[in-house]
Amino acid sequence: MSTMDTAAPGVHEEHHGPASGIGRWLFTTNHKDIGTLYLWFSLLMFLIGGVMALLIRSELFQPGLQLVEPGFFNQLTTMHGLIMVFGAVMPAFVGLANWMVPLMIGAPDMALPRMNNWSFWILPFAFAILVSTLFMDGGAPNFGWTFYAPLSTTYAPPSVTYFIFAIHIMGASSIMGAINIIATILNLRAPGMTMMKLPLFVWTWLITAFLLIAVMPVLAGVVTMMLMDIHFGTSFFNAAGGGDPVLFQHVFWFFGHPEVYIMILPAFGIVSQILPTFSRKKLFGYASMVYATASIAILSFLVWAHHMFTVGLPLVGELFFMFATMLIAVPTGVKVFNWVATMYRGSLTFETPMLFAIAFVVLFTIGGFSGLMLAIAPVDFQYHDTYFVVAHFHYVLVPGAIFSIMAGVYYWLPKWTGHALNEGMGKLHFWCSFIGVNITFFPMHFLGLAGMPRRIPDYALQFADFNMVATVGAFIFGFSQLLFVWNVIHCIRSRETVSAQVWEGAHGLEWEVPSPAPYHTHTTPPRVE
Amino acid sequence: MDAAKANRRLIIRLLMASVLMFGFGFALVPLYDVFCKVTGLNGRITATGPVDAMAVDTARSVKVRLIAINNEGMPWLFGPTESLLRVNPGEMKQTAYRASNPTTRRMVAQAIPSVSPGEAAQYLHKINCFCFDSQALEGGDAIDMPLMFMIDTDLPESIHTITLSYTLFDISPDKTGTAENDAQEGGSPI
Repeated sequence: MSTMDTAAPGVHEEHHGPASGIGRWLFTTNHKDIGTLYLWFSLLMFLIGGVMALLIRSELFQPGLQLVEPGFFNQLTTMHGLIMVFGAVMPAFVGLANWMVPLMIGAPDMALPRMNNWSFWILPFAFAILVSTLFMDGGAPNFGWTFYAPLSTTYAPPSVTYFIFAIHIMGASSIMGAINIIATILNLRAPGMTMMKLPLFVWTWLITAFLLIAVMPVLAGVVTMMLMDIHFGTSFFNAAGGGDPVLFQHVFWFFGHPEVYIMILPAFGIVSQILPTFSRKKLFGYASMVYATASIAILSFLVWAHHMFTVGLPLVGELFFMFATMLIAVPTGVKVFNWVATMYRGSLTFETPMLFAIAFVVLFTIGGFSGLMLAIAPVDFQYHDTYFVVAHFHYVLVPGAIFSIMAGVYYWLPKWTGHALNEGMGKLHFWCSFIGVNITFFPMHFLGLAGMPRRIPDYALQFADFNMVATVGAFIFGFSQLLFVWNVIHCIRSRETVSAQVWEGAHGLEWEVPSPAPYHTHTTPPRVE
Repeated sequence: MDAAKANRRLIIRLLMASVLMFGFGFALVPLYDVFCKVTGLNGRITATGPVDAMAVDTARSVKVRLIAINNEGMPWLFGPTESLLRVNPGEMKQTAYRASNPTTRRMVAQAIPSVSPGEAAQYLHKINCFCFDSQALEGGDAIDMPLMFMIDTDLPESIHTITLSYTLFDISPDKTGTAENDAQEGGSPI
């Protein structure tokens, strides 16, 4: 009750500043507070998921079984995937959207501030449930983050029910977050801020939010079907009762493929903000960027079966999904071209956010190319379920999504805190991460091409050298993230203040409010020329 | 006030979209069956029930290979009486699968068919099949389970062999005796 009492006066003082004590964070409806909560939560999840990744890599340092039981290894890979996708990447993007979208479009706050509080505060419960399964009888979910039936139904550990409930809560949180972002962007733009003047980060998030609303309910549906199969005797995925396990994969990937774009479109947006700033040029091809993002989003609904080339699709199906998938390379290519053209003949400087953004463009493109290789149905039969797939999606997610989040944090952190970054330490973090990430994931391409299967705790001797290299890289990458934590804390506590514009080449409404951004901004809407 | 109204209208629409997509997830289940039927995906949907007699096409004969698979933990002995048949399209063919229950208790089984290649599935008419119903056997009993089918004369020329496989699942109400099955569920998959 005491927290309630201390928080109560804060409600009346809301127009002056934040409430004090824990109540500020529990009951806050301020978009900046909620953005901060999302970002800290995501950092915590990133570190937990990272520890799991290091355990996995330690086990794979040498052939043979050393550290962990094979059953526990499966739990680690599953939990690592779930935590990183739903706990680290997605909340980080929502946190950035909470902070930046109102600032960028000249809105005083998010459109639905109370729902905003809910969509964050149910997340810690979801992940508490998910992580607690590690300590349950029978262990945590061990069926991979894709939870294919019947592994996740007939053969699942009892904790699968908690997993399903956790997914339901995460889905609800994402849907609420998405509704809020759409309502904010469509209804709260400052006068004169037309749709085609929106900063690209806002555009990519608008499209991402629509993707979330379209597919998170399908995910909720598929886990509900699992729940019914497990506890209520239905046979959606049970062949004995007339169901079909392949159906699970279709429904899952109908969610799953748009989901991977949910994790990359906001990254495109962040990079499209940063590159023009440090190139001191306008973004090249703004309109084509918007259309390319929208085309990627639409195409994402038509390519799901490229994850299932080996289940026995008819030839026509294989061809359709192969060509549809390759088609996505066109709008993605437009984006990469525009980024490069933005930098071309710009007067570039290489501050930490810029380094991360450039690394994003280069390494994401590598991930895109390996994706294109996987899209070729006949060769996918060889690559399927090997480390080549692991290399591919880690290239688009780690130096893709994660690098863009770090770039965004470094870019906007001085605006949030009002303090300057320690550039030297930022650059050190960048180079350690850049080198570490490549040492970790590049050898995995070769392992996959040579036939090393994914999701295994032990492997044949010929894979030993590359695995050892990958593990060394993983530890470099993992421990260099402590530099990131240090940088963030240092920036918060630093005394070196920054101007409102922060970066010399930065333009946009968010750079017109003072640094640190006051608790309430744009209370009278700015005019956009 | 106007803004609040605009927000409400938008929220209602977006929530409706979410509910609709939740329903769409479930609608994918019947849609998938329709899709399988149209494309022959998985070879799971075959034509069943009585058919009109067709003129037998004696000019071609198609090999029909019969396969039996026991799902894991299913102890029955299960197999076709003839494993390879030569059938003229349009000809009514009768054969059988034999099953015996080597355990000491009553068990119920369900056979799930699959046709390969998938595009042949829609040309295989099953007039009568043991897979239409579940099969119950007392411990130690054996049974010949009939299968009557016809291959459509419209079967594409390119198909010379059709493989018809049945997977037998244990659907006994009390699966307590299946020790192997329980061990699989509790332990690691490897």
